Amino acid sequence: MITLEQKKFQEIEKMTTGYNRLLVLGCETCAAMCFAGGQRQVAELVSAIRVARKTTGEQGEVLEEAIARQCEPEFVDLIKDEVSDCDAILSLACGAGVQMLAERFQDKVVLPGCNTTFLGVTEELGVWSERCAGCGNCILDKTAGLCPIARCSKQLLNGPCGGSMNGKCEISKDVDCVWQLIIDRLTKLNRLEMLEEIFPVKDWSPAGHGGPRKMVREDLKS
Amino acid sequence: MKSGSNLERLLESGQFAVTAEAGPPKGSSPKVVQRKGELLKLCCDALNVTDNQTAIVRMSSLSGCVLLKEMDVEPVLQMVVRDRNRLALQGDILGAAALGIRNVLCLSGDHQKFGNHPSAKGVYDIDSIQFIQTVKNMRDEHKFLNGEDISGDVPFFIGAAANPFADPFEFRVIRLAKKVAAGADFIQTQGIFDMSKFVKWMKMVRDRGLHEKTHILAGLIPIKSVGMARYMRNNVSGLSVPKEIVDRMADAKEPKEEGVKICLETIEQLKEVDGIHGIHIMAVAWEDIVSRIVEEAGLMPRPVV
Repeated sequence: MITLEQKKFQEIEKMTTGYNRLLVLGCETCAAMCFAGGQRQVAELVSAIRVARKTTGEQGEVLEEAIARQCEPEFVDLIKDEVSDCDAILSLACGAGVQMLAERFQDKVVLPGCNTTFLGVTEELGVWSERCAGCGNCILDKTAGLCPIARCSKQLLNGPCGGSMNGKCEISKDVDCVWQLIIDRLTKLNRLEMLEEIFPVKDWSPAGHGGPRKMVREDLKS
Repeated sequence: MKSGSNLERLLESGQFAVTAEAGPPKGSSPKVVQRKGELLKLCCDALNVTDNQTAIVRMSSLSGCVLLKEMDVEPVLQMVVRDRNRLALQGDILGAAALGIRNVLCLSGDHQKFGNHPSAKGVYDIDSIQFIQTVKNMRDEHKFLNGEDISGDVPFFIGAAANPFADPFEFRVIRLAKKVAAGADFIQTQGIFDMSKFVKWMKMVRDRGLHEKTHILAGLIPIKSVGMARYMRNNVSGLSVPKEIVDRMADAKEPKEEGVKICLETIEQLKEVDGIHGIHIMAVAWEDIVSRIVEEAGLMPRPVV
């Protein structure tokens, strides 16, 4: 999933000041899975903004809503009427959701209530970690199913570097050295010889360095 | 000859080489590099000029190399892939060739998080092994990474680093083999304090015949104080400083003398290790000790080839 975390309340408060009718809009997929922008977090944030507004004496109404996915136009269009009498929308979705709102509601101010962090997994309740860098050309078949692009601090393809110690990355004792994990896994699978070959230079153009990316499936287009 | 550098001639003629480090300053004065050049020119065969070492911004490595070359000291151009993409790396290689630099050391580089600009965007477009391969291809095939032709020669003696003390230990020799296959003509190792581990690694190196395919220069870091020993043990990733070394420094009445003694003992032990072709002394902020170490190790005068 796409992981995200809610911005600090202070930042949200500052960003939303001055909008008379503010709609706080949640997203029920990734944002909800991350406890950052699901229905419940929307309700909590709305009460916090209302309380803050009471203290500062700011007038206006704060409304709440959540949709299944802010990244899909058909779900976004469901709230057209609600949006029409708002000054601003505070989106609790990832950056893709925020931008979809900006595209669909051209005359409305759209604000980001979350920081999009990475593509990752839930390790346990309250812990998420990065797994995929969206590089556009998956190499996991060559690296034992563990990604050095997303998980090696230097994105080395022929690692590990000289900073790998006791299974940890040189940047922090809290970060696993993914090359140690790759080597351990290939050793178990009896396939360590795979790493003897030099991994060639990577084409970073599908990774976003070839300009903004777009995907078209002609067979699905109407 | 691949490059015709002094270091290459010396190593190819089978002699024991001595290199050291001349790190550039956090400033624009040429004097710092020139002073290190003066201090080290008679006791070393070539001097490495570090490239934004430990991710701290300093005068560029290439400029430092030119300053040394102007005073007839042979430089080794260190280049990290952290700060430059494939365009900049290849461009600098051509520039260095034009300026008469003949040795290059291809490195990953310490992560930018360690340095004085921790919020920098790291580049890491290609890795150190791919960079070695790129320089070799530029030299031998006169080709850029994209296959286009290069006009003129790119005569470099290509170096790489090896750290026998990092993990996983068993993989370290495989990584060296990859560097050699990529085109590393010489290797400079991480500073050695844990001799038994180093000896074990060298045996694995010899078992694969790598010592015959590349020239291995063993790394040395002279220790000034017990504080430095402890700092390296606790804070420098990829270094292994055994308790025995720290204890010796702690018990020493004259720590600097003890540091020199440890360094000299290490050199003596290294001379006995089959497959070692020289030493590389990294006396960071203690450059004036290098000539004494080289002298007392019986490695003076440096041969002229």
